[in-house]
Amino acid sequence: MLDELTEKFERFVRNLKGQGKLSEANVRDTVREVRRILLEADVSLPAAKSFIDAVTTKALGQQVLTSITPGQQMVKVIYDELAQFLGGASEPVRFGKSPSPILLVGLNGVGKTTTTAKLALYLRKKGRKPLMAAGDVRRPAAAEQLEILGKQLGIPVVRGESSPIKIFEKGYEFARREGLDCILVDTAGRQHIDDELMQELSELQAFVKPPETLLVVDGMTGQDAVKSAQAFSARLEITGLILTKLDGDARGGAALSVRYITGKPIKFIGVGEKTADLEAFHPDRLAGRILGMGDIVGLVEKAQSVVDAEAAEKAAKKLLKREFTLEDFKEQIIQLKKMGPLDSLLAMIPGMKGAMKGIKIDEREMKVVVAIIDSMTPQERRSPRIIDGSRRKRIARGSGTSVQQINRLLNQFEQMQKMMKRFGKRGAPPLGLPRMPF
Amino acid sequence: MILFERFKAGLARTREATLDKLRNLLGLSRWDAAEYEQLEEILISADIGYDTTQQLLKTLMETAGANEIGANLSPGERLRLELNRLLDGDGASPHRFSAAPWVILLVGVNGSGKTTTVGKLAYYFFQQGKRSAVAAADTFRAAAIEQLEVWAGRGRARVIRQAQGADPAAVVFDAYNSVKARGEDVLIVDTAGRLQAKQNLMEELAKIRRVLNRLDASAPHEALLVLDATTGQNGLSQAAGFLRSASITGLIVTKLDGTARGGIVVPIRRQLELPIAFIGLGEAVDDLQPFDAKVYVDALLAI
Repeated sequence: MLDELTEKFERFVRNLKGQGKLSEANVRDTVREVRRILLEADVSLPAAKSFIDAVTTKALGQQVLTSITPGQQMVKVIYDELAQFLGGASEPVRFGKSPSPILLVGLNGVGKTTTTAKLALYLRKKGRKPLMAAGDVRRPAAAEQLEILGKQLGIPVVRGESSPIKIFEKGYEFARREGLDCILVDTAGRQHIDDELMQELSELQAFVKPPETLLVVDGMTGQDAVKSAQAFSARLEITGLILTKLDGDARGGAALSVRYITGKPIKFIGVGEKTADLEAFHPDRLAGRILGMGDIVGLVEKAQSVVDAEAAEKAAKKLLKREFTLEDFKEQIIQLKKMGPLDSLLAMIPGMKGAMKGIKIDEREMKVVVAIIDSMTPQERRSPRIIDGSRRKRIARGSGTSVQQINRLLNQFEQMQKMMKRFGKRGAPPLGLPRMPF
Repeated sequence: MILFERFKAGLARTREATLDKLRNLLGLSRWDAAEYEQLEEILISADIGYDTTQQLLKTLMETAGANEIGANLSPGERLRLELNRLLDGDGASPHRFSAAPWVILLVGVNGSGKTTTVGKLAYYFFQQGKRSAVAAADTFRAAAIEQLEVWAGRGRARVIRQAQGADPAAVVFDAYNSVKARGEDVLIVDTAGRLQAKQNLMEELAKIRRVLNRLDASAPHEALLVLDATTGQNGLSQAAGFLRSASITGLIVTKLDGTARGGIVVPIRRQLELPIAFIGLGEAVDDLQPFDAKVYVDALLAI
């Protein structure tokens, strides 16, 4: 996410380093560069202008500090301002009297239906009892899509009426009867210049009176983000924003634009195609990412949410005592895979982005390792030493691999154990993992 | 012209002030720094991109002084000529139908409008007396196949489908053989939306290409990237990514009936030399039209 923007800032920080003083010309050159970076990142012109004005004022009024270099100082000013622009602390979803409605609106194709399901899952994890209402009666199969997603997640869906208002009424009754406490209403995507549809939407909002109306914005949007955000907030009371498709390489400048226009908090970001791929938005982290500081907090949180802490600790102890078996090793790979695609995971680590450029993490290799281990007998997994030539042949056949691949895995596993043993003896925790066999 | 009117309607509804500024600017016989600055803003607002905008400005400023012939034209006219030159040679590639079936692969990121475009494209061929069939190779997104069936129906095309979760390449294989056996003219392959940065998903497209290639060495005869007009600078990365893994031969720009101008096609054309085949202008089945550079540039500049 925001990779390219981060990369550019990194380069630009390097240019600034080694400057003696924070001169006026210095600031001017810097902000010109910042303007270019922002525009290339799809930040809209008015938002970029406003941001640059703020940065210039701040930087020029500032005392030159002796403790840090002018470059660092400039970066700090930009970082602080960026974080402020992106919003204050992350804000939770607003609820009213139960069942509390949440309206999701936006242009066609931004990802409203998928996001409705993601948000419902997110809220259920937080202890809510959500209902989804298929209020998109226009797009073919939109209701079917929501129903299928609902079935997958075990979240009820109401559908089948001729208008969004009727569907909401049906949902309201259903939620009260079943004791559900919030109703997420998916709506039809529309071009914001379509008066008739915008009217329909504003009537829906007037009828539903939701404490939360979320504008869903495609993270890859260009300059048009300003116009659509303006149009939606002119016709509707928007209370928050969700940015989608930020798992690609889009620079995501639209975040700044929609914040600037609506002044509403970005509450969530969509970071993948799976229904669990919705994250609470943290402006400070996003600003940190933009400046190349990485998103370590995000990484740790992600790990905590999917990895069984107890199992991980047990594995770590075994590792140090050299009781770590191929069975445990497989467990580790599965835990790692649960955290999501490896490349997006590594991108969260500071400094990794540059280093990872062009390196492909082959997740199929991980699958191959799991297949090999699965083709072993329990005894073989516990003591790999007994795996002789004929066993190797059998495992290769069973896992659809070659004996060479089995050899490589066993060699690497053995080296890993040796290294672990050394660490264990010294009593120090291992600094980073040894080279994995993939 | 219908395209022209609809495209312009979107712009007209944005803000009259912007439009007035643009008209005023294009009507001037001479530009100074302030006017060039205004033009910079207009071009950037259309998503043409920072670099391409600077390039355009530089070209215009150079021709303003040196070129005798250019000097006779107003800056607005020269801008129009330059944009036309940049997008020249575009338009629907002649569907030669030299192979039967003629295979078109549609690719793009999530939500760009692929499934809708399948129906419109089939309808476009239907009007030309060609029979189309559609391979439902988006087996990932929930209810994608149901949505495709509605749109294919509108476009008078037959759908070849398997269950959700099926291997897309297998669907394409079956579809080709079925279309071949029935003697239909066109096979359109609808694929699942994917972000170009996702390596494994991009490899899936390469596999679809390989399968088609084995069935007919010249297939797919066209591979078109469906690009949402609201897309900003990431559009360039999309085009580059899909060019690499799906060897796209051109673009279809959708949702040009809104306020977005789709200016990212200019750098895409300039840097990757990919032509624009069609543009989509609405939600009706006949809202797909062959691209015409002259009409597009005029609409872009609201002339």
